[in-house]
Amino acid sequence: MAVREITAPEKAAPAAGAKGRRGNLYRSPGFWGMIFISPWLLGFLLFTAGPMLMSLYLSLCKYDLHTLQFVGAKNYEVLLTRDPLFWKSLRNTALYVLFSVPIGLTGSLFIALLLNHKVKGIALFRTLFYLPSLVPAVASALVWQWVFHPDSGILNYGLSKVGIQGPAWLVDPDTALPSLIIMSLWGVGGGRMIIFLAGLQGISDELYEAAALDGAKGWTIFRNVTLPMLSPTIFFNLVLGIIGSFQVFTSAYIMTAGGPDNATLMFVLYLYNNAFRYFKLGKASAMAWILFAILLVFTVVQFKQASKWVYYEGGEKE
Amino acid sequence: MSTVPREVAEEAAGAAAAGLKDRAGVPHGSGSGSNGSGGGGAAYRPAGSRQGQQRLERALTHLGLLLISVGFLLPFLWMVSTSLKTLDKTMAFPPQFIPDPVVPMNYWTVLNSPKIDFPLFTRNTLIIAVLTIVGTVTSSAIVAYGFAKIKFRGRGVLFAILLSTMMIPFPVTMVSLFSLFRWLGDHTPVQWLGTFKPLWVPSFFGSAFNIFLLRQFFMTIPEELSEAARIDGCSEWGIFRRVIVPLAVPALTVVALFTFMGTWNDFLGPLVYLQRPEQYTLALGLQAFQSQHGGTEWHLLMAASVLVILPVIVLFFLAQKTFIQGIATTGIK
Repeated sequence: MAVREITAPEKAAPAAGAKGRRGNLYRSPGFWGMIFISPWLLGFLLFTAGPMLMSLYLSLCKYDLHTLQFVGAKNYEVLLTRDPLFWKSLRNTALYVLFSVPIGLTGSLFIALLLNHKVKGIALFRTLFYLPSLVPAVASALVWQWVFHPDSGILNYGLSKVGIQGPAWLVDPDTALPSLIIMSLWGVGGGRMIIFLAGLQGISDELYEAAALDGAKGWTIFRNVTLPMLSPTIFFNLVLGIIGSFQVFTSAYIMTAGGPDNATLMFVLYLYNNAFRYFKLGKASAMAWILFAILLVFTVVQFKQASKWVYYEGGEKE
Repeated sequence: MSTVPREVAEEAAGAAAAGLKDRAGVPHGSGSGSNGSGGGGAAYRPAGSRQGQQRLERALTHLGLLLISVGFLLPFLWMVSTSLKTLDKTMAFPPQFIPDPVVPMNYWTVLNSPKIDFPLFTRNTLIIAVLTIVGTVTSSAIVAYGFAKIKFRGRGVLFAILLSTMMIPFPVTMVSLFSLFRWLGDHTPVQWLGTFKPLWVPSFFGSAFNIFLLRQFFMTIPEELSEAARIDGCSEWGIFRRVIVPLAVPALTVVALFTFMGTWNDFLGPLVYLQRPEQYTLALGLQAFQSQHGGTEWHLLMAASVLVILPVIVLFFLAQKTFIQGIATTGIK
């Protein structure tokens, strides 16, 4: 496509009856389609595909911002066989995802189910539950650091009221990771809850009535009507939840800096440290590709599994 | 504690501030009446016991909601309470919930602290936010129009690629983007690192999530409208500009709001790209403030946190309806 056509004044675009080559080009949907999506296409090449290929190359190099030296698969070899911190960060992140996502999804769904009842003050409750997800990650990290404070924090004070000697939370290697998981439940639940609530409100009342006429009760209705009808929403929240929590960074960076004893060294935090603290940008790029591969596998597997449990009303839906 | 939200709740319920319809739970609704409770708890029983059970169920729901909301609110209250204490009272045990004395001066101290330049950081954040919003809204709308309203060869494949890029988060590309911007600074006259550009320029090339969101919205606009404009001699750009955009203002507002929140809250991007303190955003400045204080002056840290959180909360309350509807539609594919 020549520049001439693109820069031609818009007024020149002829009406349906226009003739000539240029007119045909203007009327061709392909031309206009490409024009309209060209910002994204360009951005995709410049800011996604290009950098992905570049980091693939960097991952095969030793690069410290000054010298670039091709070393083959050495970065991957070092990470996978000789870097205990890599495995530690992967394990920490896997545990984080494993607990944070299912507990978070169940919790959000539970709250959405409660909110789906007609009770007084629903609008206010909905707002209250959504509020934490508005809080900037830095601010919530600071607030929770204070909540988790072993001596002066409100959490241990609350526990002491019921006769429990609270742990040192972020300062103790055994409880630091669980602390971050607890905090994540507060922070990201709101958006999921709203999406669940919208999904619940999209289930038609006729289904519930039909089920009730058939004599179905509470749990049976939930199991056989609510859950299947909600499965696309659950799927959506699950896919995005996994991708999101694999990227956990800010809380670990601010609250613990990965400590104590690397107990909260998350994958992206270790990637960041490699790149911008140790200036091992090649190694960091290898980690970036490993992260991408993990997300790819998770997402593809989930989409493959989806047909077994996700129910789309009326067949295909876009 | 428990009575306060209930009172406020009843007021706010009438206001129906948020956009979702509340499930009309008129008991014994006939015909298309809605008696289905999402929890599946509303069992159909003989009329007498049914009402009693519904009342019990409603009470339990209320109780559950109240308990959970206390849990959700506590960190906020704890933050505000701490921000109004003196330094030695922050470490008091047992902790005070109501500060004594109340020290609103903490906010003044923070606003004038040399360690966190609130006016400058706010200005920086707003500059980045405005540029990012303009870029995201215009480019995403244009691209979304192409995907939603124009049929062309390869559209399906390209759209699939677009969707799959949502799976590539910033951490995956940040190292090479950083290297790229650094290289551009070394080899062209334009500096990128240490400026706001890496944070907002990419937004002018559309963002996958928002393109998806807007495409879904555009597809709900009847094709007849575009067709009529086309017959009247409107160009594709004219249809987009004069037919689609005016109808899509609510969706565009949602994108603008989300983009604002994203920029205001972003931490990793500014952390990677910005280098000098006078360029810091609020999120970055807050973190720098914390690391300088070494986690001791909690009353000032909490006051600073409140100041960073407050604008987004205010914005949320001003645009609550748009927000809630926007989030709700993202989940409905």
